[in-house]
Amino acid sequence: MQEKMKQRAKELLADGTVNRVMGWKKGEFGYDTTPAVFRSAEEIDKYFVCDDFTNSNLSKLLVKESKKDGVILAFLKPCDTYSFNQLLKEHRIDREKVYIIGIPGGPKLDAEIIKSKGITGITGVKNVNYTLVIDTIYGEEKMPFYEAVSVKCKSCKSKKHVIYDELIGDDGDILESDRFDEVEKLENMTSRERFDFWQRELSKCIRCNACKNVCPACTCEKCVFDNPKSGIENKAVSDSFEEKLFHIIRAFHVAGRCTDCGECSRVCPQNIPLHLLNRKFIKDINSLYGEYQAGADLDTKNPLTDYSTDDCEPSIVHERGVE
Amino acid sequence: MLKISLDRLDDFFARVASEQSLYMPVDREDGQAEFRKWTEGSKLSQRLNTVRSAKDFFFPQTENLVDFKIQGKNIEVLDTREECEDFAVFGVRACDARSFSILDKVFLCEPVDSYYKNRREHGVIISLSCTRPAETCFCTVFGIDPVEPEGDISCSTDGKSMFFKVNTPKGEEFVKKFADVFEDGDPAQLEKMKEFSRNVFKKLPLANLSTDSFGGDKMMKLFNSPKWAELSEACIGCGTCTFICPTCQCYDIRDFKTNDGVKRFRCWDSCMYSEFTKMAHGNPRVSQLERFRQRFMHKLVYFPSNNDGEFGCVGCGRCLTKCPSSINIVKVMKALEVEE
Ligand code: SF4
Ligand code: SF4
Ligand code: SF4
Ligand code: SF4
Ligand code: SF4
Repeated sequence: MQEKMKQRAKELLADGTVNRVMGWKKGEFGYDTTPAVFRSAEEIDKYFVCDDFTNSNLSKLLVKESKKDGVILAFLKPCDTYSFNQLLKEHRIDREKVYIIGIPGGPKLDAEIIKSKGITGITGVKNVNYTLVIDTIYGEEKMPFYEAVSVKCKSCKSKKHVIYDELIGDDGDILESDRFDEVEKLENMTSRERFDFWQRELSKCIRCNACKNVCPACTCEKCVFDNPKSGIENKAVSDSFEEKLFHIIRAFHVAGRCTDCGECSRVCPQNIPLHLLNRKFIKDINSLYGEYQAGADLDTKNPLTDYSTDDCEPSIVHERGVE
Repeated sequence: MLKISLDRLDDFFARVASEQSLYMPVDREDGQAEFRKWTEGSKLSQRLNTVRSAKDFFFPQTENLVDFKIQGKNIEVLDTREECEDFAVFGVRACDARSFSILDKVFLCEPVDSYYKNRREHGVIISLSCTRPAETCFCTVFGIDPVEPEGDISCSTDGKSMFFKVNTPKGEEFVKKFADVFEDGDPAQLEKMKEFSRNVFKKLPLANLSTDSFGGDKMMKLFNSPKWAELSEACIGCGTCTFICPTCQCYDIRDFKTNDGVKRFRCWDSCMYSEFTKMAHGNPRVSQLERFRQRFMHKLVYFPSNNDGEFGCVGCGRCLTKCPSSINIVKVMKALEVEE
């Protein structure tokens, strides 16, 4: 797969279709890949990588890249194409400036899971018939591939590319995923238990902003949380309610636009399950306004910013709030 | 040498905690470790390091500096400081232990930061040597010995006992206070283990990272390097690296209106943020490239330039594991040094 991608990238650079290529760059330890822009065949040969750890979503970076001169080639996984579509819909990316090659998705792995098994001193990771063979300075370690699958890939919603110029590998289908199971568990808790759950999780937050800055739905030119004039920009968390406020405001702001790409939970240094907050919104939107998947297409309107006479009444909030 | 057998370590913790607050790394539900106050049943984490560094004890993320009470035209200044109580932090790794001496250089030079000083004076650091470092560890590059960590007292274990080495008068006072719990032990086996550990450190993938290309005298060359553009390309400006870093020390001061006055807070800030050091005329670093460059120039050039060559990084590896884009100080150092 990686070789085919490199080959095709070099062809498109050579024939002038694109002048840059966006993919991932190799890291130090075999798992720490970095999103990167490549400008020459030599760079591609030397640094380009696409493997079990290239899990970051490149779509948001294309907002910046599509403002530059020339066309950029981007390799997008199925989930990344949803983000791309959503950004197109919000007029954040210039479609003409991006040449998309759809590549098969994961499951991608999370090095933190490998480390949580006590495996450390990692210098390389190989997948041998779905057993991970991990080189470490303490000797070779093994673990089942599927145990290291990242949170976002565990409940993959779709293997289908919703936008592309060409594909490498076959296209897949929309999947029956279990992504709402955890949300249901939370719904079935009493409000006190639920409060305690979120209190425990969100109190770990260090307000590093990784979740916000990585999110493809967060592309405001000036986010209220970065703007001292907004009155809610707040690096000094003076009480525990402010942490929650940040997350609740953000979840509301991305509601209906969040594609469930999973980046927020992937990057959180404190392992806060932010995806559960967003999935609750998605689940509610599905049940109140009918099935809706952000980024699935370019024409349908976000139910939260659309109006129809059979929309649910505001009283639903009250009715559902009763325990 | 003073020692406590490992099966009595929990009793030791309980004993210390009965007289003063004791903090140590414990495992959290999500498998990561964090420093928590010891309570009955607390178990020392076996993980190498905590997500948040130990700097929180002396330089917390948010603190109330002062309050102002306004009545008509009178402004009353209320000192919100309280004399800090004695506390002990157990299980600080050598990297974090060194970070305190870096922070001291910033906060204890004139004008002395009395908030920081207050906590520093009341905190006893009991460090713990490392035997199973991670691939991301590169403390030795900065002359830190992970087998003999700094701190008021440093601990190491030979698998049967925990040995305590006293390094400062404050540490001396601490062991005197709890003298009855220690036994006298023969560290022969411990010395053998230390030798073994030292060899492990030589095998770390970053053990040979060089700092030769950095330091105050290379300032303009590094500042003007064309490499910053490419290096900063994937940085999303989140600030994760600065918040988890034991040596990042920048803060902002914010005032909040209350019903009858103003509350003034200090909080961590990050050079990665767009409003960092924003002044009336705007921000001196307008692009992410400049902000990104600031973080690494500070650690590798500006700090050593002002502090007799000491670097502002302790090689703890936190920014290596937590950056959303896996871009970090090691990648920066390797990229800039190729140029030499
Ligand atoms: S990434 Fe995690 S720790 Fe950082 S602001 Fe978001 S929730 Fe908080
Ligand atoms: S909120 Fe999270 S899952 Fe939703 S689009 Fe943003 S990063 Fe992706
Ligand atoms: S270097 Fe990484 S962790 Fe630091 S601000 Fe940039 S993206 Fe965030
Ligand atoms: S720069 Fe990175 S490795 Fe160095 S002390 Fe800070 S977090 Fe640790
Ligand atoms: S960087 Fe050094 S001192 Fe810190 S945890 Fe790793 S080995 Fe221990």
